Amino acid sequence: MHMLARLALFATLIVSALAGPLAAQDQLPPAPYAYRQLEDPAQEAKAQELMETLRCLKCQSQSIADSDASMAGDMRNQVRLKIKAGEDPEAIRGWLIERYGDYVSYKPELTALTWPLFAAPLVLLLLAIMLLRRRFTRGVGDND
Amino acid sequence: MTAPDAPKGKRWAIWLPLVLFGAFFALVMNGLIRPADREIESAMVGKPLPVFDLAPGSPDRPGLATDAFRQGRPRLLNIFASWCVPCAAEAPQLDAIAKSGVPIDGVAIRDREEDLARFLARHGNPFASIGKDDISEVQLGLGSSGVPETFVIDGSGTIRYQHIGPIMDRDVAKILAEVERAEKPL
Repeated sequence: MHMLARLALFATLIVSALAGPLAAQDQLPPAPYAYRQLEDPAQEAKAQELMETLRCLKCQSQSIADSDASMAGDMRNQVRLKIKAGEDPEAIRGWLIERYGDYVSYKPELTALTWPLFAAPLVLLLLAIMLLRRRFTRGVGDND
Repeated sequence: MTAPDAPKGKRWAIWLPLVLFGAFFALVMNGLIRPADREIESAMVGKPLPVFDLAPGSPDRPGLATDAFRQGRPRLLNIFASWCVPCAAEAPQLDAIAKSGVPIDGVAIRDREEDLARFLARHGNPFASIGKDDISEVQLGLGSSGVPETFVIDGSGTIRYQHIGPIMDRDVAKILAEVERAEKPL
């Protein structure tokens, strides 16, 4: 039974692996800079750093540096072309945020909406210190 | 340390873990029953169309450039591809919209000419012009994150409305209403 189940699973995986690309993927070669690094290593390093903090819109838990989705490739191409043209990485991030909203960026930003996320750990830490201090001072009092 | 007869006021605390568990359970079930909306809306609605100039994707239709959207009348910009299954599903609805007099321009994402020709022959060609976008340049410029998507562009080239996913029968009225709204400038 186990063997059969495993075999069936294996067959399903193979079929879906073969059928997947036919169902919804383009046949076009990747964009020029999707998989090619920039000629200047310093520029490529900048591009790489930026691409690791940009969300792939097709595969939303990956960065565009991680993803093989063709749209991620096209986004890498745009990022590298813009870096090559001398644009500032943060300006390119801004360009994408202007189009897709904050969602496209993995870089944490301190805004009116997100400040509680940064404040909460500090508040909790302060609360813990206050509680502990009260507890310790009470302990001393009990001994007296 | 804790006496068996603890102060009565603290008795309720024994239910706290169960309440916490219940809250987490409800949260998880809610996530399973109603998954979060993962569609990414374009932030470009209300802004002018980015500047582009695409080569024709089909020999019997012209290519597509930004200027086509500055002729004083609203148009639809449809992002599609021959390799996209839902794009075939929305073909009859696009055809009906085109027949009702709203011009539709297509942007073919990462498509080969022969595939596109086969797709148009099979599902109909409601497009006034078709530009080919081999590197998703216009798609990224529009803030679109998939195929198919349809944008209503007003007569001055401003993006007025975005429809994500295939246009089904139930969406046609809404699209036509948005086109009518786009007749009036912002």
